[in-house]
Amino acid sequence: MYLLLIFLPLIGSFCAGLFGRKLGPLGASCITVSCLCLTFFISLFVFYEVSLSNCCVYIKLTPWIDSEMLNVDWGFLFDSLTVVMCCVVTFVSFIVHLYSTEYMAHDPHLPRFMSYLSLFTFFMLILVTADNFIQMFVGWEGVGLCSYLLINFWFTRIQANKAAIKAMVLNRIGDFGLVIGILIVFIEYKAVDYATVFALTPIFTDKFFNFLTFDFDLISLICFFLFVGAVGKSAQLGLHTWLPDAMEGPTPVSALIHAATMVTAGVFLIARTSPLFEYTPSILSLITIAGACTAFFAATVGLLQNDLKRVIAYSTCSQLGYMVFACGLSNYSVGVFHLVNHAFFKALLFLGAGSIIHAVADEQDMRKMGGLKKLLPFTYSMMVIGSLALLGFPFLAGFYSKDVILEVAYGKYTLEGHFSYILGSLGAFLTAFYSTRLVYLTFLSSPNGYKSVICAAYDSSYQICISLFLLSIPSVLIGFYAKDMLIGFGSDFWGNAIFVSVESMNRVDAEFITHIYKILPVFLSLLGALSSFLLYLFSSKLLIQLKMSITGKKVYNFFNKKWFFDKIYNEYISQAFFTMSYTVTYKIVDRGIIEVFGPMGLSSIITKKASDISKLQTGYLYHYTFLMLTGFTLVLGIRQFWVVLGSYVDFKIFILFFVLSFFIRKK
Amino acid sequence: MIILNINYILNIIITLFLIGALGLVLNRKNILITLMSIELMLLAINLNFVIFSIYLDDITGYIFVLFILTIAAAESAIGLAILTIYYRLKNTIQIDKIKRIKG
Repeated sequence: MYLLLIFLPLIGSFCAGLFGRKLGPLGASCITVSCLCLTFFISLFVFYEVSLSNCCVYIKLTPWIDSEMLNVDWGFLFDSLTVVMCCVVTFVSFIVHLYSTEYMAHDPHLPRFMSYLSLFTFFMLILVTADNFIQMFVGWEGVGLCSYLLINFWFTRIQANKAAIKAMVLNRIGDFGLVIGILIVFIEYKAVDYATVFALTPIFTDKFFNFLTFDFDLISLICFFLFVGAVGKSAQLGLHTWLPDAMEGPTPVSALIHAATMVTAGVFLIARTSPLFEYTPSILSLITIAGACTAFFAATVGLLQNDLKRVIAYSTCSQLGYMVFACGLSNYSVGVFHLVNHAFFKALLFLGAGSIIHAVADEQDMRKMGGLKKLLPFTYSMMVIGSLALLGFPFLAGFYSKDVILEVAYGKYTLEGHFSYILGSLGAFLTAFYSTRLVYLTFLSSPNGYKSVICAAYDSSYQICISLFLLSIPSVLIGFYAKDMLIGFGSDFWGNAIFVSVESMNRVDAEFITHIYKILPVFLSLLGALSSFLLYLFSSKLLIQLKMSITGKKVYNFFNKKWFFDKIYNEYISQAFFTMSYTVTYKIVDRGIIEVFGPMGLSSIITKKASDISKLQTGYLYHYTFLMLTGFTLVLGIRQFWVVLGSYVDFKIFILFFVLSFFIRKK
Repeated sequence: MIILNINYILNIIITLFLIGALGLVLNRKNILITLMSIELMLLAINLNFVIFSIYLDDITGYIFVLFILTIAAAESAIGLAILTIYYRLKNTIQIDKIKRIKG
């Protein structure tokens, strides 16, 4: 049953992928959706059995790699962290499957799409249930691969291809870091399974590891590289540029990638390896700062995007920043709690956006929408729920987790804690602002689209509405109902899944911070939402004036162009790499050094020298006789010469003469 | 009886041999001179054999001289025969013109 949870999506994927032609779109959708539905119910059961009944399950399937020290099994570990992730992943994935059956109904490649979606879910389940780093890496690479396949699902579009390659390459940079981390773990611990590694970690606290001839603290080094992996997957500042571009895929794909599966893997990794991270305060503060910067950066960028999906994409990036800095403050359970809440309302937002895009003839620009409130009442209500949950409206899902994150940030009483609190609060304000802006521009402003499009706009039918409705329930309720279980005070829900050292535990401190700092984020959020609403409703002229002023233009450009990250990366890093690979590695090394010293140069030198030597035979008799004479003289004379001058002259000089004789040329 | 130093005679012989060898190398006009140079070198060698045969009081040197004389005669006969045939074909025996076989 536990294995069925993992392998049902794979079975569904194989059925839809291999026999899609036989099954047809309807059959493929039926099989994959029912597989996922079953998986979801199984994961609910597993959730009950594992975490509510406090009964961890460990299944060792079969040895995979068994070579002296290195022992890797196909093992599946179900503890609280895993089953929480399983429930979230399978639920959102099930909803996305259901949604795709209608959203993609007119696509000729629907079976392929369903197959990829199921495969994605399978790899994500492998990732979360793995009991060792290697198997986790299988899932890690698998979701990267599936994201590639899904982002360029419409492979005829050049933009989709480029976005998919970008996602793959940027993820691969992070994966490289993760691989290095895993290798260091193996070198030092001689084991890659979680149980051994986490049990041994306290012994390795003051050990050093020689990396690139520098001595680093072992655990810090490992955690740094694991974090590099998480940066790539969770789109933290630095490797975040792939995430907004991944919008080129179909909308359900964005929902799957951004809400529940791919990007949460980084946060999951940090939470899973919390027994390692707890021993490196330096890396934890690095994580905190990186997460806080991401949260703030993405919120500012999301503020002035005009693409509906891009706004939501940047809000994902921003929320991931919150999760990561919660983990950096050693409150892994809070990070995972936000992950759960975020999965639901972000999936709701993305699928709602898909519904809007579906209704207005695939128009994604918010400036060309507007006035859809009356036309899409259901989608409107769902988007409002999603946006309110995202901006942390009191008593919705986002409120419970985001406020706790900011509380523990302030309650840390360290420099990076306060830093992340300030950036997080500003981020909360901006999040509220752009969420409201999104809702206003799409639904409330006066219609800006073409008349034919607006006239044809309508709410989508059953599957889309049902999936939106199903997502809206946890978006509202999950925060309240799961709060006490996941981050409640003294809750033993997590068991051994998450380890927090006594020194860094600060939930009690966070509980007793000054009241004003507790209320501030909510206040800022509401202020952001309200100001955005009022500004757009009453004084849009003022906003236009602000935007058209000289500084306003610069600021607008700066944020709209994503702080020029892409520009800098493209012009200074990618171009430099391309130039280097053309001029240095291709022109100088491959076509230059290797050819000159390798086959080409050698053969040409030998041919030239051979022709030089054969030119000695001029055809004139007296030249031949001269050569014979000199040859004889040399052969006979050399020994006599040696006897006379051997002790005075170094024999190496004759080697020089001999070599030089090859360079004699006829003028 | 005048007793000659062997080194003196050997010097003469080597001079003769060198004249022959240089005649081969430096001659650029007449192929007959080439043949004559070869004869001269063979003569120098013969003389060398004779001298050493006397000096070492050994008969083997004389035997070799007789052989070489025969061989030299045969060689010059064949050489001249080739020369005449070549002249018949090419109508010239100038060395400058004989350069058909190049490397």
